[in-house]
Amino acid sequence: MSHYYFLPHQRIDDMLSALKSDGYKCVAPRYHDGSIGYDDLNKSSELPWGYHDAQAPGHYEVTKTEHKHAFGFTLPTTSVKPMLFKAKENVWKVARNDEGKLAFEPIVEFEKIAVFGVRPCDLRGIEIQDRVFMENSYNDVRYVKRRENQFLIAMNCTKSHSNCFCTALGDSPFADKGFDLAMTELNDEGFVVEVGSEKGRVLLDTLNLAAASGGQAQAALSRIEAAAEAQTKTLPPIKEVEAKLMANLEHPQWDDIASRCLSCGSCTQVCPTCFCHTERDEPNVLGTETNHTREWDSCFSIDHSYTHGDTYREDTKYRYRQWLTHKFSTWRDQFRTKGCVGCGRCVTWCPVKIDVVDEINAICK
Amino acid sequence: MSAHDKLLGLAARPKVAVHKFSSCDGCQLAFINDAVSLLELSTLVDIVHFAEAGPLDEFAEVDLAIIEGSVNTKHDIHRLEMIREKAKYVLCIGACAITGGIQALRNYQDEKGLLSWQEGVYPQRTDVIIAEDLPTAKPISAYVPVDFEIPGCPITSIQLVSAVRAILFGVEPEKNVDSVCVSCKHAGITCVMVAKGEPCLGPVTANGCEALCPSLGRGCYGCFGASKYANIKALKQQFRDMGLTEQQITHKFQFINSQDAGLQGE
Repeated sequence: MSHYYFLPHQRIDDMLSALKSDGYKCVAPRYHDGSIGYDDLNKSSELPWGYHDAQAPGHYEVTKTEHKHAFGFTLPTTSVKPMLFKAKENVWKVARNDEGKLAFEPIVEFEKIAVFGVRPCDLRGIEIQDRVFMENSYNDVRYVKRRENQFLIAMNCTKSHSNCFCTALGDSPFADKGFDLAMTELNDEGFVVEVGSEKGRVLLDTLNLAAASGGQAQAALSRIEAAAEAQTKTLPPIKEVEAKLMANLEHPQWDDIASRCLSCGSCTQVCPTCFCHTERDEPNVLGTETNHTREWDSCFSIDHSYTHGDTYREDTKYRYRQWLTHKFSTWRDQFRTKGCVGCGRCVTWCPVKIDVVDEINAICK
Repeated sequence: MSAHDKLLGLAARPKVAVHKFSSCDGCQLAFINDAVSLLELSTLVDIVHFAEAGPLDEFAEVDLAIIEGSVNTKHDIHRLEMIREKAKYVLCIGACAITGGIQALRNYQDEKGLLSWQEGVYPQRTDVIIAEDLPTAKPISAYVPVDFEIPGCPITSIQLVSAVRAILFGVEPEKNVDSVCVSCKHAGITCVMVAKGEPCLGPVTANGCEALCPSLGRGCYGCFGASKYANIKALKQQFRDMGLTEQQITHKFQFINSQDAGLQGE
């Protein structure tokens, strides 16, 4: 018997029901007002049936087709990151009681979330952030709780957009690990499903699915291979990129980038691996208690490099250099992994079309 | 002098005045819209002048003068100097007080042009602009020293209450330095420039409005003034690439905060 199963489109709702009865809130890519992003999913009809996307540097466009597939688009606008490492949240609060003593209260909020449709690059993004928030000397209790209560259903790519470059990093649009279930969509039919964890197996058992046929399994693999072959961006081998970026810290290209870069921070905010954050206090009017918040920060923010009285990266040139060299070089020293997954969001969502792959190639030439 | 040193002399129960110059009153409403915070604040400070809310004592000695609006008349200058003289600290609120606001567009007009604007706005001839008055609308800081500023058109209740709270703590109010793009991404708002082709000032504008316009599918109007290190040249080039004419680009930048030094550039 094949170790692949088959979930017909008509039975997606059964899977959602099974997840819900296990206490999960289901989240999936959904179409809303010109874009496809993660949102709560109550029923399969809410999936982005027939929607396709086109992405280019600084360009994103969604079109509706008559195709009968739910995952005919490439990537949702956001990654899974905001579900684990929130854009802004309260981490603790402190109040002064009548005797003047401070009482601290930690805040750890989490819920059981099943993500229906995670692209392989975003799975790798989670793997990289696990290294930052869980498998590090510093453990983030909120991130850990959310990861423990997460059910990941990977969705292998059957298409690439023109900013995709996972293959240039030596990866592929195929989910090889880090999921509970992995699926590949076959048009007009349904999904070839693979089990990736005990949790995934238990869920699948309740659905009593038929095995995928050899033809279906083969068709799924061919579709993933076609998506890989559709990628056109190339980079030197990653080890070479890592070495050359650090050997070219005064390359004239950094000035060229700085003349075009808005330093708006969009690239870092859409990145599935960026983890920088800042903390603030939000006191009440009376000044008797305060919420201590944590929110995403960016190395493009001028305050980010302000350290005991001085701003170290005053010029955009140094902020961009910090971002690129961290993501594509010093990340490995810090976490022993790559810092980029090749999703291409930083290229798509750069308002002035700066393409990270082109910039790396210009510097590593 | 650092803000901390400067605020060392703040009274335990400070006296506060709220003043208005040429403006729409929208920034003062940031106080009134959040009535609960205003009532709580009134247990910590004495509000001695705030025409919009009731108390009137325009030239009382105060610790903190909160000023809205721009300076447009000779009478404004005189009144402003009196207020400054009686106030230990001045906090300017909103685009009008900080950059001159939308009325500073008159600074680009000669007398004839101004007259034609007047005719376009008012149904009959009025003496709303008297010949002896100033030919410009300018920010408060053009005439008197200013201690603190909070930008916006209008500012938000959170900004205003947080700023006053910070001053009571003896620290400088926090400045918004990041771009609106950061707020959009935090809120999960899809970029209107990339996905909808809307020219947007968000990449060069300070955040603080929670990306109000992009959340409604529109480009940012730049109400909160320039973000720190705004690359105006690069954004103007992007607008040209999107097909905007030079005049359309000029109109984009010459709007709420036309006098903002951070929004100038080729």
